[in-house]
Formats: sequence, C-alpha cells, structure tokens
Amino acid sequence: MNHADAAEKFNKDFDRTTWHDETLWWVRQKRDRAAFAIPEWEQLRETASQIKHNVLSNLDNYLIEFEKNAQKSGITVHWAADAHEHNQIVLSILKSQGVTEIVKSKSMLTEECHLNPYLTENGVEVIDTDLGERIVQLADEPPSHIVLPCIHWKKEEIGVLFHKHLGTPEGCADPVLLTHAARANLREKFLTRRVAITGVNFAVAETGEFVVCTNEGNADMGAHLADVHIACMGIEKIIPKREHLGVFLRLLTRSATGQPITTYSSHFGKPREGQQMHIVLVDNGRTVQLGREQFRNSLKCIRCGACMNTCPVYRRSGGHSYHNAVAGPIGAILAPNLDMTKNADLPFASTLCGSCSNVCPVKINIHEQLYEWRQVLTKSGHSPTAKTLSMKVMSAVLSNPTVYHLSGKIGRFAMANAPFVVNNSFNPWFKQREMPEPPKESFGEWYKKNRGEK
Amino acid sequence: MKVGLFIPCYVDQFYPQVGIATLQLLERFGCQVSYPAKQTCCGQPMANSGYEHLTHDCNRLFINNFSEFDYIVSPSGSCVLHIKDHLHDDKREGEATHVRTHIYELTEFLTDILKVENLTAHFPHRVGVHQSCHGQRGLHVAQMSELVAPPFSKPEKLLKMVTGLELVKLDRVDECCGFGGTFCVAEEAVSVRMGIDRVDDHIKNGTEVLTGGDMSCLMHLEGVIRRRQLPIKVMHIAEILNAK
Repeated sequence: MNHADAAEKFNKDFDRTTWHDETLWWVRQKRDRAAFAIPEWEQLRETASQIKHNVLSNLDNYLIEFEKNAQKSGITVHWAADAHEHNQIVLSILKSQGVTEIVKSKSMLTEECHLNPYLTENGVEVIDTDLGERIVQLADEPPSHIVLPCIHWKKEEIGVLFHKHLGTPEGCADPVLLTHAARANLREKFLTRRVAITGVNFAVAETGEFVVCTNEGNADMGAHLADVHIACMGIEKIIPKREHLGVFLRLLTRSATGQPITTYSSHFGKPREGQQMHIVLVDNGRTVQLGREQFRNSLKCIRCGACMNTCPVYRRSGGHSYHNAVAGPIGAILAPNLDMTKNADLPFASTLCGSCSNVCPVKINIHEQLYEWRQVLTKSGHSPTAKTLSMKVMSAVLSNPTVYHLSGKIGRFAMANAPFVVNNSFNPWFKQREMPEPPKESFGEWYKKNRGEK
Repeated sequence: MKVGLFIPCYVDQFYPQVGIATLQLLERFGCQVSYPAKQTCCGQPMANSGYEHLTHDCNRLFINNFSEFDYIVSPSGSCVLHIKDHLHDDKREGEATHVRTHIYELTEFLTDILKVENLTAHFPHRVGVHQSCHGQRGLHVAQMSELVAPPFSKPEKLLKMVTGLELVKLDRVDECCGFGGTFCVAEEAVSVRMGIDRVDDHIKNGTEVLTGGDMSCLMHLEGVIRRRQLPIKVMHIAEILNAK
C-alpha cells in the first residue's frame, strides 16, 4: 500500500489521528524547551553537521582506524556489504556458539536488515528488550517510530496485549504495573540468554570504542550478562574522536525526547574477560548514497527522530504508512536509495514545509532532498504515466499565454455555469473542500480594462 | 523605481481582488508598477511534482516578462521562493540571475525595500495570521519556531500598523496548513486533516479574519472553512493592508 492510501486509512479514525498528532507534538514541544535552554544550540548543530561532514569525506580512513583500534582491544570486526551478509554474519556467530535464543536491544540497523525474521526462519528466537520494541514485537508489528517504537499504541491496548502474552490482570492499563510485568518477564530472558545484540549510536575511530544510548539500560543489561556481545552498526556511525561525543550527546536526546541526556550512554571499549565482543560494520547502500552528491548529507543522521515528531504529515499518517524501517522525512530520503521502485511514493509524502530540516540536530537539508528525490525518481521512470501526461499538458498550457488565458476563461465559465464539472467525486479537492468561487473576470482582464496594457 | 507585478496564475484566475489590492498598495507607496500581460505561472506545480525538467518554457516566459524591471513583486511567498531557488536559463543566465535576486514577496518588499513604517489602513477585526512555510522557512519573512533565534515577523510588523486590528495568538504559530501544491490532491486525506487542524487553532483562539501572504494556503483553508460552514473570513494580507 502506498503512503497516500495508508494515510487515508489512518485518517478514517479522526479522534485517533488527533491523539497521535497531539502526542508527537508534545514531544516536539519538549524538544523546543530543551533546545531553547541552550543558548549556543544553533552553534552546536552547526558543529555537529561539520564533524559529520568531515566523517563522510574521510569515511574510509576513519573506518580502518576504528577497525585497527577495536581489534587492538580484542574486539572482532566484521564487514557486511549488504543486509543479507549482515544477517549471515550474525547467524554464523550464533551457530558457532550453538545458541538458539538471544536478546536484542534497539537497533534500527537490524530493522533495516530485517534481522528478526531472518533469525526466526533459521530457528533463533529473538527477544527485543527495549520496552517499546517488546510491545510491537508481541503485537507482531514493526516499530512505527525510530525512537518511540510503539507511539501508535494506547496504554489500554498495551494492557490487552500484555494480558494475552504476559498474564497481567484483565483491564489493567496502569503504565507502572504494565512496565513491571514487562521487566519481570524480560529479567528471566536477560539471565538466561548467552548472546546479546545491541545497536551502536557512535563509534569512535581514535579509540575503537562504541557508545550505545538507551533510557532503559536494556542494552547494558543484555551485553553485561551475555557471553557474547554483537554490536551492529551502519558505517556512517563513526565519529573521529571521543571529544566529539560532547557535541553529539548534548544534541541527541534533547532533539529526540527533550531530555538533557540519555539515562545510559554506555561506552564499550573491550570485551570483559571470557567474553566475546563482535562488531558488524554494515554498508547496505550507504556507499551508494555517499556517491550521490545531492543526497550524501542524509548519512549524517544520528537517528533522533526529531524530524518525525515535527512533521505534520508523519503526525497525521503514522509511521507504518511509510512502509520502511525508518519512517518520516528522514526515512523518505533514505528509502529510495535502498529501492526506488518500492519507495517512489515517499518523497511525495511531504508538503516541503521545511520544519524537518530546521529541527535536525545535524542540519540535514531534508526537505530539499525530498524535492531532489522527486526529480530523480521522475527522470528515472518511477512516475505514473497519467501523471507525466497531465504534467506535460500543464506545462504546455502554462508556457503559452494565449492558451493559458483561454483555458482560464473556459475554466471559470464552466465552474460558474456548470459547477458539476469540477464539483464531483472524481475531484479529490472537492471531497472535503469547496472549490474557490470563480470571479467574473481575472486580474489580467481587470487590469486591461482599468489600466490598459503597458 | 520600476516594479513588475507578478500575479501567480491561480490568483489571476480566482482572486483578482488580491492582485488589485497589491497593485494599489504598491502605487500608494510611489512605485511605478506594470503588469506584463503575457505572464502565466512560475512553474512550481510541475517542479514540485518532480518535473522540473518541464519548466524550461515557463522559465523562458518568466524571464521575457520580468527581466527589465528593477524589482519584481508578488503576493505569494511560495511562487517567489520557487523563482528564487529554481529560475535558470542556459542561454540567458545573466537575466535569470537578475530576476532571481530582485524578486520579492509583497510583505518583505514593503518592509525591506520600501521600508514602510506607517500605513493608513483601518481594519477593526481580530486577525489570525497563517504563516506560510515557503515565505517563512524559505524567504525568512518571519522567524521559524524550530530555530533558537530571536523572533521577528514582517507580516505582523505591517499588520500592527493597521488601526483597529487585533492580532490573534495561535497555539501552533507556524504549522503547515497542508496545501503543498499537488500534495493537496495526491495526499488528500492528510492535506485536509492538516487544514482542519489549522482552522481549528484559529477558531479556538477567536480569529475573525484569517490572513496570510500566500493565497494558495488560504485557498485551501478557505475550501475547508466553507465546506464546514465555519464563521471565519479569509483575506490576503494585501487586502487588509489596503483596507480603508
């Protein structure tokens, strides 16, 4: 289902759309309060953007530096060209351990690679330990938001879900009790699983360490209790130096949820004694995007989700309408790189209002890239034939003043005298909006009469 | 000062009173204004739909119509932004550059070029401003709520010079109305929902007259208002600044 159809379905429930919009707008307001408390906020954004600029221009060297330093610390480094190779690497580590049950904390990369279904098909049970992700996992759904995976679920609905899966009392919708139930259930998994997968927020080239940010401590709990820690990261997560964390950690959570910092910003530098630590560095289209000059800045993304929370379209269509692991404005500029045919609709799911680009903590010009993707997709034949035809007609009319004036006259005459020509169910404008009332004369006609042609 | 009046296609066809008010305002401030009769459209409907490559003829026509003026002024921030960002011509890039760098949205022309400090307008109503995205985030006629930066608003500065006028404070000061060009039909459900929410904000805060610098957003909001028979009038800011 394309975005417009999914969004129409989403909007059928008016009150739920209101609730979804207001919930996310509340997060945007929290972001505003956090950002406005930092006088040098705009300078921080610029600095972060420039650091990432440097990273993207020297990615190959930073990756090699990171690998060397990580290996020195006893971390095993793997390279995956694409999602499939990433999944194979993870599975091969699990097989070498003889493990069929694992825990995993939040990682949008593993969502992007569809690791969970792959492991399930291969006989491995994956338990997502982030509370929001656990909820959507129990509901057999993908996350609808990269930071707030179950933001589309109401607490009453989670109560029903937990009653079914975790045995909470029927009708219980108390967030504290539900969270306790999830915690008790997850505790047993943490204690018994021998392998833990985590994502990576930042990987530091100069030290070979990586940083994982969570609010729940679930990444730490998983990694510290497991014999084997596998960290999966996209290659763009590299930063040159540890001191750069001082910029990114200040921006990340203020942008994401309005908190000053994540509850846990954990540095993983080397395996503890007897533990194995693996890092899987994944390309999966990133080097292709790096080569697309007008889109390469999209790789600066630190996955804070601020562009989603501010996006008036995302708030009123929900994350699932973007049919991609990463939804919202950033998803709409990343997804076509992965599959133009499947994701040709996404860059059009925007009014180009520009709010996304201006909340982005690394200053990605998201709305300009949406515009550029529209051009690229159209030129490479991913636009419907009927649309191309109507655009050609429009262009012919609008570039010829005589035809334009005549069409305008005929159009206004028809609207005034035979309104059913436009006021019908085939006109999407008219479904929920009145057409403008056609005036007797155009401005051009008035001008000619009143001022004469100059 | 020779000013070329650029009246976008849909304003020409549906809102002649906006063109008239813009013309009269500029003349009141002593501009020598001409309206080139052969103008049509800026080409944005094609470009934003992914067909920028079909806008060459529109670009050529636009340059023919407007390259001779000192300034080009239009009552539409969105169309002005499109020209500023995308008007090019391989053979006449010098003229294209002149047009791109001398085109102004009406309120920024009044405040920045004419440096208007006084108006003789009178409009005794509660007025709510719809701050259109392209004017605001594109042309910076007002500060956007996302940036940690001092607030300002050129349209509101002008409206404050109108006697009797009371500005309405909104809950969401600069959320998009959902028009978005072809978005308004391609993503009809979200577009309308955004329009409804914008209008609700105005209703809730007591707007009598909803105004703005972009007639396209206002056309969309007016369509929602009229269908739902809500007690709000929609007027372009030029009409209010020109009100006696």
